[in-house]
Amino acid sequence: MRVPLSWLRDFAPVEGDIDALASALTGLGLIVDGIERVGEGLEGIVVARVLATKKHPAANRVQLVDVDSGDGEALQIVCGAFNMAPGDLVPLAPLGTVMRNGMLIGRRKVRGEWSNGMLCSSEELGLPAVDEGIRILPEGVAAPGTPLVEALGLEPDVVFDLDITPNRPDAMSVAGVARDLAAHLRVPFTLPAPPVPAAGGTINVAVSAPDLCPRFTGTVLDEVTVGSSPGWVVRRLTLAGMRAINNVVDASNYVMLELGQPTHPYDLAMLAGGGLSVRRAKDGERVETLDGETRSLRADDCLICDATSHPVGIAGIMGGAASEISPATKTVFLEAAYFTPIAIARTARRLGLRTEASARFERGCDPEGIARAVGRFCELLPGTVVSAGLQSVDSAEHLRGRPVVRVRTSKVNGLLGSDLSDEQIVNYLRPIGFEAVPVEPGVHQVTIPSWRPDSEREVDVVEEVARHHGYGAIPRTLPTTPRTGGGLTSYQQERRNVRGILAGVGLTEAWTTSFLAPGDLERSGQPSEAIEIENPMVREESLLRTTLLPGLLKAVAFNAAHQEPEVRLFEIGHVFLPPPPGVVLPDEPERLAVVLAGGMESASAGLAADATGAGAVWSVLARALRLADTELVALPAEHAGGLHPTRYMGVSCGGEFVGAVGEVDPNVVVAFGLTGRVGWMDVDLGKVLAAPREPARYNPVSRFPASDIDLAFVVPDDLSAASVAQTLRQAAGELGEKVELFDVFRGGQLPAGTRSLAYRLRLRSHERTLTDADVAAVRKACIDAVESAHRATLRA
Amino acid sequence: MSTTSLEEEAAARIAASDSLDDLRQARSELLGKRSALAAARQALRAVADLDDRRSQGAALNAAVERVEELWDARLAELEAEDRERRLRADRLDLTEAGRAGLPDRGHLHLVTQARDRLEDVFVAMGYSVAEGPEVEDDWHNFEALNMPPAHPARSMWDTFYLRLGPPESVVLRTHTSPVQIRVMESQPPPIYAVMPGRCYRNETPDARHLAVFHQIEGLVVDRGITFGDLAGTIEAFTEAYFGPGMTARLRPSYFPFTEPSAEFEVTCPFCAGAGCRTCSNAGWIELGGCGMVDPNVFTAVGLDPEVWSGFAFGFGIDRFAQIFHDVDDLRLLLENDIRFLTQF
Repeated sequence: MRVPLSWLRDFAPVEGDIDALASALTGLGLIVDGIERVGEGLEGIVVARVLATKKHPAANRVQLVDVDSGDGEALQIVCGAFNMAPGDLVPLAPLGTVMRNGMLIGRRKVRGEWSNGMLCSSEELGLPAVDEGIRILPEGVAAPGTPLVEALGLEPDVVFDLDITPNRPDAMSVAGVARDLAAHLRVPFTLPAPPVPAAGGTINVAVSAPDLCPRFTGTVLDEVTVGSSPGWVVRRLTLAGMRAINNVVDASNYVMLELGQPTHPYDLAMLAGGGLSVRRAKDGERVETLDGETRSLRADDCLICDATSHPVGIAGIMGGAASEISPATKTVFLEAAYFTPIAIARTARRLGLRTEASARFERGCDPEGIARAVGRFCELLPGTVVSAGLQSVDSAEHLRGRPVVRVRTSKVNGLLGSDLSDEQIVNYLRPIGFEAVPVEPGVHQVTIPSWRPDSEREVDVVEEVARHHGYGAIPRTLPTTPRTGGGLTSYQQERRNVRGILAGVGLTEAWTTSFLAPGDLERSGQPSEAIEIENPMVREESLLRTTLLPGLLKAVAFNAAHQEPEVRLFEIGHVFLPPPPGVVLPDEPERLAVVLAGGMESASAGLAADATGAGAVWSVLARALRLADTELVALPAEHAGGLHPTRYMGVSCGGEFVGAVGEVDPNVVVAFGLTGRVGWMDVDLGKVLAAPREPARYNPVSRFPASDIDLAFVVPDDLSAASVAQTLRQAAGELGEKVELFDVFRGGQLPAGTRSLAYRLRLRSHERTLTDADVAAVRKACIDAVESAHRATLRA
Repeated sequence: MSTTSLEEEAAARIAASDSLDDLRQARSELLGKRSALAAARQALRAVADLDDRRSQGAALNAAVERVEELWDARLAELEAEDRERRLRADRLDLTEAGRAGLPDRGHLHLVTQARDRLEDVFVAMGYSVAEGPEVEDDWHNFEALNMPPAHPARSMWDTFYLRLGPPESVVLRTHTSPVQIRVMESQPPPIYAVMPGRCYRNETPDARHLAVFHQIEGLVVDRGITFGDLAGTIEAFTEAYFGPGMTARLRPSYFPFTEPSAEFEVTCPFCAGAGCRTCSNAGWIELGGCGMVDPNVFTAVGLDPEVWSGFAFGFGIDRFAQIFHDVDDLRLLLENDIRFLTQF
């Protein structure tokens, strides 16, 4: 909402430093987004008439424009805009003008052609932009040579650009802003009451949807001459960011900006049946709006129709073209109504159609302000004759009236932490139209003004008191309840630890988007079912991820495309699993995934970019978290989508399957535009952190020396090293302290399809030093156990 | 040979020893059983005169002692030289070593770092950290937050709807506020909690906005909580995060779930309020929204607004990180360019 200071002063003697006024407005919640000082620095600019436009002989991006700057002579200007035609009036900065930005306009040659000044755009003049290119001035605004400030009535002014929150429809008007500001500055606020055209004459209005339109009024003005508005109206509309159209439409817009009440003028001659009716749309009914679009409606949309029930506009949002005000209009039918805010909001949102009118109606206009608005409209069209005075069709049942609220001083102070008296509270409320009547000490009956639909409860009145007292004036305190508890949950604490551990082994954390493109899941070898977004921004972001794999592979590919093929990433994030039938909300487990890509070309690469690197990450993590009973297990192929068929294993914790570790399927790697091996780990973080842990309990340390034995077995490729280690551990019994795989060897004399696994066993007793016989007995037991449990033989 | 000349000869031999091995060899030659000095001691037995024998013996002992000293001194010298030589050979230029095979450290994402630090500030103030789902039903995301169906304030958030349940009944949460509702539904007051998490808005990303972003939200519900407590808490957070002298200010605003509502700004930490490029010369940085929990929200979760009061506040973690780490384009946060990630 753009509010000129001069307009505010119609209602209240608002004086003082501009920045102080701006911070007063902001302090009231009418946030000042910008301050524009207009009409300054335009001293030299004059009105000029375009005589001819010609192609520049040596340049395409500029043209030659001959203008008359008042002396009747053609003055050549080189101009970079092409939006003017011979006969147009345009602003000219003659030679010697100093522009607002300090630029001096001098005579200069552009590709061999002289330019004797500059034609100006709105932006260059510091005026609100209404068009692209050079500002075209209204025809007949002034003779060539007239100073522009005179022609446009641009006395210096200040425009506050306000960001009005949706709860304050009253502040979507100059008068409403003035009311709040005047109250803050403790200066009088006066809202003039123009004469309301008396009822009389015949007027044809009917409302069949009072729930959507609780108040509908019609007024007929005769002897209308459609033409341009007076300069001061044009000036104010322009400053407020609206374009002047003709005196009738301008009057309607002016009233809306000033009082916040949208109205709609129709050419009565174009209304079949000579009147208007308000009804619900029929489901699927199609209406063409002013913007040339045909829109399909539903039964809860409200239509304005002529007296024959033919639609002429969508109520409160946009009119139709047929009954528009035209130069031929002689009789104006003025509609001024109060529409049910939620109905307007619903329709405007569904149609994706937001207008100045709908923005006000959907927030709630003042149903009691309609008569004033109509009076003001008539006042702005002098010379017209009201042939049928304001007639109103009301539905008392659907009008809100003025709520009366019981307000306790103790509640005000209790909620704000303030120490205000009854009198102070009343003094904050009265100037903004909240009438407070004392009913007992410390309690007031407060009548909410009709222009404040946001306010209807005690707490809403508390907010008004807080605003006018000033948020900054409330003493700052801290809650005093003693607090125990608090802090991170153990899950949150451990999730942080996991991040630290992974960063410690050289993995960098990624945050990928939660969205996937259609096809992402298929090309990463995953089941294609995913939750779809009803209204995605783009098709490439229309699915919710069910796995972190595609996102991380895309991140790897992004880096590879930027000469950074070696990346070691992890991500922790929610994935979204399509719910089973009958369930609405999806399960969204938090997953931890690791991707290792790009070989080992540089010394800093760290972890191997393959299954061994991924396995190492899991191993470090499992140890750091002291996971008990965790092992790598065979995993059915249906759980291993996207994984390298012969290089992955499942991860189990406490007997429960929690994820997988290995490599990405070479086909998937290629599908994402990558090459080489890509190590991959993906676990359900919730399950991992809920898994059983090794107790951190002290075990006595033996005082006796250890004995190590090394055993190598030749085993088939499909026998897991872990299972041999497990057999060794069992066979070593209570003397076995540690079993470690220290070498894997293939080839040489070994038969094809087999490998040698070499283990080091450390044996130790808590009671004594082990004898050679003790060690030999364990060695034999271990060999026998492995050879009998597995297809393994001791390597000679 | 006289004792004196024996001693002189021994001294010369020790001085001439140029290695520890040679020196040890010299010892057995000079002081061993078959040495000249040992022979001289044997020869003493043949001296008849007791006084002569005593005086010659004393001279001999003194000579042996001096040879021993010379030998010890030479040993120390040679050992020092030897150590010097070994150390010189052991020289290492530590600048060659680099990380000695260790990989470069990994980096936590900027959003994680910002989130953790924010959580820590509130945890230190006695708050817990609550989380909730990113896919929400209409009730938690809107209705319980005082936005009944078709409420105009819903248009403050551009919402992604999911093809789940009846049309427009399931959304990607547009803010972390539904976690407020979940916390109040699941535990009785007093509540002191912050709620960080990922949120979604259906708007085209640009340098300052993301469709997928992160927020942190705070909720306090207790008896006698005031707007002054809210302002004081925001200020305490500001000082705890940015340091002494940093403050906050509140100005009226509107959110459907709070009344009164406010926007809050903090002193620009780059210029301490003097005005700079980061704060567009305002001296303040707009951070987020806050307010007193609306009674309708309490009613929605079955709490009596005459008994309980509370406040809530929230702001964008990504925006926060962007401002305070001078990141020019928010879209970098989800691009995962390793050259970006490893800067933090």
